[in-house]
Amino acid sequence: MSFVEYSEFIQEGDVAIIFLGHDSMMPIKVQQGAQTQTRYGVIRHSKDLIGQRFGTKVTCSKGGWVYVLHPTPELWTLNLPHRTQILYTTDIANITMMLELKPGSVVCESGTGSGSLSHAILRTIAPTGHLHTVEFHQQRAEKAAEEFREHRVGHLVTVRNQDVCKEGFGVTGVADAVFLDIPSPWEAIQHAKSAMKKQGGRVCSFSPCIEQVQKTCEALAGQGFEEISTVEVLLRVHEVRSITLPLPDFGPDKPLETPTDTRIPSNASVLCKTTTPPREMAGHTGYLTFATKPRIHCLFYLQFVYFGLIMWI
Amino acid sequence: MFEFDHPTVLFYNSLSRRLDATTWNEPIRVDYGERLIHLLSTICPERILNAKETQASTWVYVVGDISYFSILLFLLGILNECYSGSYKSSLLFSWLSSQKIRRETVLMADNEDDDSQQRVNEGDYVVLKRGDIYKAVQIQKKKKTVFEKQWFFLDNAVGELYGTTFEVVSGGTLQPRKPKHVEHAADAKEAGTDNRHILDDGKSQKLTRDDIETLKEQGLKGQEIVQQLIENSTTFRDKTEFAQEKYIKKKKKKYENSVMVLRPSCRILAMMYHGREPGKICHLRYDTLAQMLTLGNIHAGSKVLVFETCAGLVLGAVMERMGGYGSVVQMYPGGGPVRAGVESFGFPPHFNETLHEFPIQHVNALLAGTLDTDAKDIDAGRSPTSEGQEKKVRMEEKRKKLAAAAVLLQGRNADGLVIASRFHPCPVLLGLIKFLAPSRPFVVYSQYKEPLIECYTKLREQGGAVSLRLTDSWIRHYQVLPNRTHPVLLMSGGGGYLLSGTTVTTDTPKVNTEPTSVEEPAAKRVKLEEETE
Ligand SMILES: C[S@@+](CC[C@H](N)C(=O)[O-])C[C@H]1O[C@@H](n2cnc3c(N)ncnc32)[C@H](O)[C@@H]1O
Repeated sequence: MSFVEYSEFIQEGDVAIIFLGHDSMMPIKVQQGAQTQTRYGVIRHSKDLIGQRFGTKVTCSKGGWVYVLHPTPELWTLNLPHRTQILYTTDIANITMMLELKPGSVVCESGTGSGSLSHAILRTIAPTGHLHTVEFHQQRAEKAAEEFREHRVGHLVTVRNQDVCKEGFGVTGVADAVFLDIPSPWEAIQHAKSAMKKQGGRVCSFSPCIEQVQKTCEALAGQGFEEISTVEVLLRVHEVRSITLPLPDFGPDKPLETPTDTRIPSNASVLCKTTTPPREMAGHTGYLTFATKPRIHCLFYLQFVYFGLIMWI
Repeated sequence: MFEFDHPTVLFYNSLSRRLDATTWNEPIRVDYGERLIHLLSTICPERILNAKETQASTWVYVVGDISYFSILLFLLGILNECYSGSYKSSLLFSWLSSQKIRRETVLMADNEDDDSQQRVNEGDYVVLKRGDIYKAVQIQKKKKTVFEKQWFFLDNAVGELYGTTFEVVSGGTLQPRKPKHVEHAADAKEAGTDNRHILDDGKSQKLTRDDIETLKEQGLKGQEIVQQLIENSTTFRDKTEFAQEKYIKKKKKKYENSVMVLRPSCRILAMMYHGREPGKICHLRYDTLAQMLTLGNIHAGSKVLVFETCAGLVLGAVMERMGGYGSVVQMYPGGGPVRAGVESFGFPPHFNETLHEFPIQHVNALLAGTLDTDAKDIDAGRSPTSEGQEKKVRMEEKRKKLAAAAVLLQGRNADGLVIASRFHPCPVLLGLIKFLAPSRPFVVYSQYKEPLIECYTKLREQGGAVSLRLTDSWIRHYQVLPNRTHPVLLMSGGGGYLLSGTTVTTDTPKVNTEPTSVEEPAAKRVKLEEETE
């Protein structure tokens, strides 16, 4: 098991997702001799998991059964231990496409937070890309680095424990894309720019508040970014339901014998398959601001001329 | 780009003054006079925060690091000396004036990284962009390209860097453009405070349509025309700053002849198809495609099945995410796979080695184990004409392809399934899900919700899948401007529906030992595998 490569069978040390039922899951670390308590009873790792195929049904001690699933970044996002607010799959999907991530991309990210987005980025840029992720909270940075190793993606990522607004990403001129999820992204735009390749690239900032967006857009424009565009994306879930709709009974054509007729009204009804919206849904996560860094001309050009002149003098 | 053709730009009052800022990021206050403003607005307009003229001097507030500006000013100092006469006869001056410092020079300075990769070549698939309009084309010499009711030749794009903006000049030739922003040219214009004096009588613009045509014929470029329009608009000065900006934007859009040449990407092509030809891609919106790729966990090294009738956009998107690692099997209906859209991605040739195809009319036979992909000698009796030979070779190739794809499918261990078609999604999904390994994601797109409801119901009855979700994605774009931030007035009403889920094994652990009837005959599989070795 790895977060960037499927395997068929469950092995010692793997992360697996126990699927207990509709929207109910839990992540486990598979260990020889270990046991996991679920509401359907105990799962014994050595006997029930190790050597089994991912996706199989496992019968727990109380007779109930669960499925054991191969981890994916999407399942991880739903199951990870929250150390911060995290990004969810709907936003992540758009971030990934709009940042044009693909195998081989070099990406800078800050903050790492709980690593929800990081895992999705790593999945997409493997096996030849690299993620430089910056988190100024020491424990979070350490925990994330540990998780990356456990999930066998450690070789694809560098975690830096520093303040991105002050010290930047720790790299210059290497990134194809930069992503920011910090309270004051506008303070990091300059660093984002210098982390990016000189032939340009894409940047995205996620902010819950419109005031943050406003400042970020100003900073982006100020730094010469182009195609600045802000969007908001939501996922609407349609819950499939079979519903029964009673049909009204308008009575027979001929008049009723007496006004007090006790005729039993027909209780005909129709069954339909339809969907209903959930009673509540996420109505706002944050605004996604994207921009393109154009290829640099001026700076390099001037430096060139500058050195040319120095040689002449 | 900053050229030395206009030396006036380079003069300014004082040489002795130094920059009086010390740290990065701090706005730098410079008082070098209006020539400097002009110069800065030519070279780096994005750095100017504000420019103010007082009686005594002109103030420019710029952002940027010290080294950038000191280089700039150092350079200016020398040039100023040169042009002002004292060095007129010096070597330095002749060097400077002989250096038509243009793009070529920049490119020389620029090519520490491998820039050859960044240049447009003949035969490349590129995307043209103007505003938010895109068009995918192939670079062919002497070929007329029509974009936005305008025609031109892409010959001059060859050898230029991706991301370059060109002006279309007379005769349909492209000319690389210097980055100069018309907004900044208009920055210093006076603005009215409100619009109470503006009469919309259609007479405020003194230039007529004919005038504009004349200007165009004179070879005036888009930006210059916009400038002319501004100068000839009687109401422009009375308009509020907001309205001025809008006016410039509107006119800019109408008269600018610029085209940007971009490298294709899934993002750009998905937006292009959605904007230009949504019918061709079953109205699949870009954000919905983004969900599909993520929910499907599409990544390098996996084996993914794709069934689509979206001109190849979905297939190309999947291939981009796989980066040439792993395998993609296109399950196609009808006579042959449709994938014009894949070409537009401009993938390197080795990507094709990962792409396989399998006609869906053989799916049942494959599942039943009766698909025969052995070499057949149908044409054996025929006369060995070259035509017949050719046909035979083609048939043989087709058979080999079929056999190769069959081997990939046979193991029923694919890692992902992506469906986006105009077909009823129910039979497509129920037929193809059988090829997936357990614990793998699948995602089905349909423009309509009801067929997916049916899909959902059938799949629930049949089992073999968990985490079933029927969703659609909602996207809203924003206008972000100082004090004028709000959602864009029009939005897309819908981007189609997705059914997603994860496969699981259908057998219960208790009956593990019982033979399952749906298993394909082992003998056939062995035969197929042998054949391709
Ligand atoms: C909302 S969380 C990011 C969540 C992350 N995107 C995810 O999906 O799990 C924001 C993180 O940024 C970190 N952070 C905030 N400001 C920072 C800065 N200036 N430099 C580095 N990290 C910062 C915080 O410590 C926090 O962990």
